[in-house]
Amino acid sequence: MSSWPILSLVTFLPLAGAVFCLVVNGPKEAVDRNCRSAALLTSLATFLISLVLWLKFDVAKADFQFEEKLDWVPALGIGYHMGIDGISLFFVLLSTLLTPICILASWEAVQTRVKEYMVAFLVLETFMVGMFCALDLALFYIFFEGVLIPMFLIIGVWGGKRRVYAAFKFFLYTLLGSVLMLLAIIAIYWQVGTTDLPTAMEKLNLPFTWQCWLWLAFFASFAVKVPMWPVHTWLPDAHVEAPTAGSVILAGVLLKMGGYGFLRFSIPLLPEASQYFSPLIFGLSIVAIIYTSLVALVQEDMKKLIAYSSIAHMGFVTIGAFVMNMQAVQGSLFLMLSHGVVSAALFLCVGVVYDRMHTREIAAYGGLVHRMPRYAFTFLFFTLASVGLPGLSGFVGEFLVLIGTFKANTWVAFLATTGIILGAAYALWLYRKIIFGELTKDSLKGILDMNRREIAIFLPLVLITLWMGVYPSSFLDPMAPAVDRLIGDYQAALKLARTAALAP
Amino acid sequence: MTLGLESWTLARPEIFLAAATLLLLVYGVVRGEVATPFVSVATSAVLLITAVLIFAPYREGTAFASLFLVDRLTATMKALVLIGSSVAVLMSRTYFEQAKAWRFEYPLLVALATLGMMLMISANDLMALYVGLELQSLALYVIAAFQRDNLRSTEAGVKYFVLGSVASGMLLFGASLIYGFCGGTAFVQISRALLDGRAAEFGVIVGLVFVVAGLAFKVSAVPFHMWTPDVYEGAPTPVTALFAVAPKIAAVSLLVSVLMGPFKPLFLQWQQIIIVAAVLSMALGAFAALRQQNIKRLMAYSSIGNVGYVLLGLASGSEKGIQAIVFYLAIYLVMTLGVFATILMMRRRGVMVENVSDLAGLAKSQPMMAFAMLLFMFSLAGIPPLAGFWGKLYIFIAAVEAQLFVPAVLGVLASVVASYYYLRIVKVMYFDEAAEAALDRTPFGVHRAVALIAAVLVAVFSLVPQPLSLIAAAAAKGLFP
Repeated sequence: MSSWPILSLVTFLPLAGAVFCLVVNGPKEAVDRNCRSAALLTSLATFLISLVLWLKFDVAKADFQFEEKLDWVPALGIGYHMGIDGISLFFVLLSTLLTPICILASWEAVQTRVKEYMVAFLVLETFMVGMFCALDLALFYIFFEGVLIPMFLIIGVWGGKRRVYAAFKFFLYTLLGSVLMLLAIIAIYWQVGTTDLPTAMEKLNLPFTWQCWLWLAFFASFAVKVPMWPVHTWLPDAHVEAPTAGSVILAGVLLKMGGYGFLRFSIPLLPEASQYFSPLIFGLSIVAIIYTSLVALVQEDMKKLIAYSSIAHMGFVTIGAFVMNMQAVQGSLFLMLSHGVVSAALFLCVGVVYDRMHTREIAAYGGLVHRMPRYAFTFLFFTLASVGLPGLSGFVGEFLVLIGTFKANTWVAFLATTGIILGAAYALWLYRKIIFGELTKDSLKGILDMNRREIAIFLPLVLITLWMGVYPSSFLDPMAPAVDRLIGDYQAALKLARTAALAP
Repeated sequence: MTLGLESWTLARPEIFLAAATLLLLVYGVVRGEVATPFVSVATSAVLLITAVLIFAPYREGTAFASLFLVDRLTATMKALVLIGSSVAVLMSRTYFEQAKAWRFEYPLLVALATLGMMLMISANDLMALYVGLELQSLALYVIAAFQRDNLRSTEAGVKYFVLGSVASGMLLFGASLIYGFCGGTAFVQISRALLDGRAAEFGVIVGLVFVVAGLAFKVSAVPFHMWTPDVYEGAPTPVTALFAVAPKIAAVSLLVSVLMGPFKPLFLQWQQIIIVAAVLSMALGAFAALRQQNIKRLMAYSSIGNVGYVLLGLASGSEKGIQAIVFYLAIYLVMTLGVFATILMMRRRGVMVENVSDLAGLAKSQPMMAFAMLLFMFSLAGIPPLAGFWGKLYIFIAAVEAQLFVPAVLGVLASVVASYYYLRIVKVMYFDEAAEAALDRTPFGVHRAVALIAAVLVAVFSLVPQPLSLIAAAAAKGLFP
């Protein structure tokens, strides 16, 4: 393994860029220009370094790799422990990929307080990457919560009309869930004497009632983040009010924190409770899939529609995570990655027309294909990827989840599948309304197609979506050993509990 | 147990402070008003030197026939108090100069109050405790009303005096009951009597309740908090800054040493009182502050809420709990001084303003000041990775380990509510446009320096909490040898 602390480098390099932006001084234009370039360069450099992780990642191993371990606050048993396995690897890459894209997407859209904007995004990247790398419960919590600070500012300062309401709702909702998780983490620390995750996985052995309480505490936090029905209401508000890049990060990365949390913490630490509560997860997820798909059908705001579609897609993710067989868990992870790319791209698509027309109302558009063929193609591409067209990334994830679920519970699979049909309905409806039809509105007659910067933003996303759809093995193979082990440990723990229960 | 040299060495910092204060008083009386700037700076310096004297060289033991106790815990608490007082004196000049109330008595009264606080922290006997407490309180009553041509300040002083006297009365009444049932006022005697079976006596319990009530008033825990918002709002701002830190830390320390010392055998009895006070304080501190417009009043509720968390640590009754208290108070001291330094810089066209809405648009007009305030606010709200988070984490660890699950859950929920009003200040600074003219830029001086140092310390404690936790651990050893 490399002797370089490469995970720390990936995590904290963006901070260096943020510090640079903070100290830059001079006339406004120069500062803005320098901050934009600095932010782009640092985030690109971070992305390149994170690619090294993928290249050097040992596909055959289920253990954590690139581990770094230091004492941080020994008085409280908290260590600085970083490491990734097949489950977290791609989330790190997703975060480092989306950040430069976000910065590029805000190049012209953000003109006020550019310096602070770039600082906020770079700090956000540090917290996101750190969160996926953290192997210490307290460290994870710090990154998990830290994300709120820059995101609160991004929504509140650069957001739309109801930005203050949305920022507060986002912050308080998430905080409420998270503080309960903090207590659960403290309880684990109390039992095990450390917050180190691998140690806790090994040693933690709680009675069933306790597992249930802790599971619910973790659930409170992750369910809000995913978000699951009925605690999803912050998401449409936050998405609609956030600036385009904010929505991209929200949909692309922050929503994945919940699903990741379930797979990283709830299931391995509290296996019995996870099994006990899985019907609850299935129920809520099915409601989310069907209900939010129906809600999406009647939206008048493009961003809100995509936000509801995100909730529906996340329903598949949570079902897959709790079915706990190889296909379903892999599918769930794959779907998160795919959704991270595709929904990010869809929000960027909205951003493209929003930058030109400054409205997100669906009724304000129509017939764009006549003026913007390149845009029409891109939008179609990602709409179909989101619907789950075979050959694109969305299909693989949904298909795997459904196969896995079908094996475990036919009814859950059946009900979830209706979501795919509804998904096609609202996505294609949105597409038809905006792109097809006659170009009748005067305001749209002078609209311009995507420029080179915008093409540069979309090109990598298009390629990745194709790659994931055509050759998913390059993503599924590194995941396999870690997922296999996760399931193995889970089954072993359940078996142990069952024999213990049967023993006189 | 004699009045030998040992006693005088142990009390060296207090003696130095008393002597220096009296000398400065003489100097002030002789020179008159022109002496004020010198006396003020000298007092700050004397307070800091006293803090140094505590640790160089550090000695521990009891003195003056066991009236006076020095250990790691009292020494650490005294250091925190002295830092708080010293900075509060330093920050007061511009405010009082503008209010035409810049007199040399002010710093000296603060010094005397601080002396009282040190005595009460070190008290090892109910009488010594009362004497220290009254020295502190009398000086503070005067300070609260120091801007005597200002109606609000006078009102604050009178209110503080009347309610404070009631509290002192309750404390004294409780002390007399305990004396009657335990046969002595020395902590050692009380503790021995309680262990010998006096604990079950009804009178002792009643006495304990009165003592706790009196002390709860001094730390402004619910339901004895009523004076706090009015006094904080009415008193001159530098005085509010002082009130928010020094007397609070001293009173918490006193509460800890009384309850964890002589009354340790009655742990199960007082634990219930403290839990109720803690939960109520956290809840009231969170809910009552939501609608406050005046930032000083808001900080008063915030301090009530913070006391709630401290009491939760105390309710755990463990070594971890005491560590958590020291740790929490140290971070609270830094954050609060930083916030008040910022509040003291809030002036528009030379006039002090103190409404939350006056901060509107600060992020544009004074980005550095806004950023410092943002750090303090997120830290007070306990959002990681900022320092305030570690304090709360420490407290909650202690509470969970003591199996206080329900209070811990209520505590975290209250912290979510409280985060709303801290966020609101951030919102006003960052999201709102300035309605009126921007706030004046303060030239570099004491306030900016204090805010800057506090912000840097918050950042440092966020990243490296370990040294502070070691200090806290060493301090807690004082009670758990």
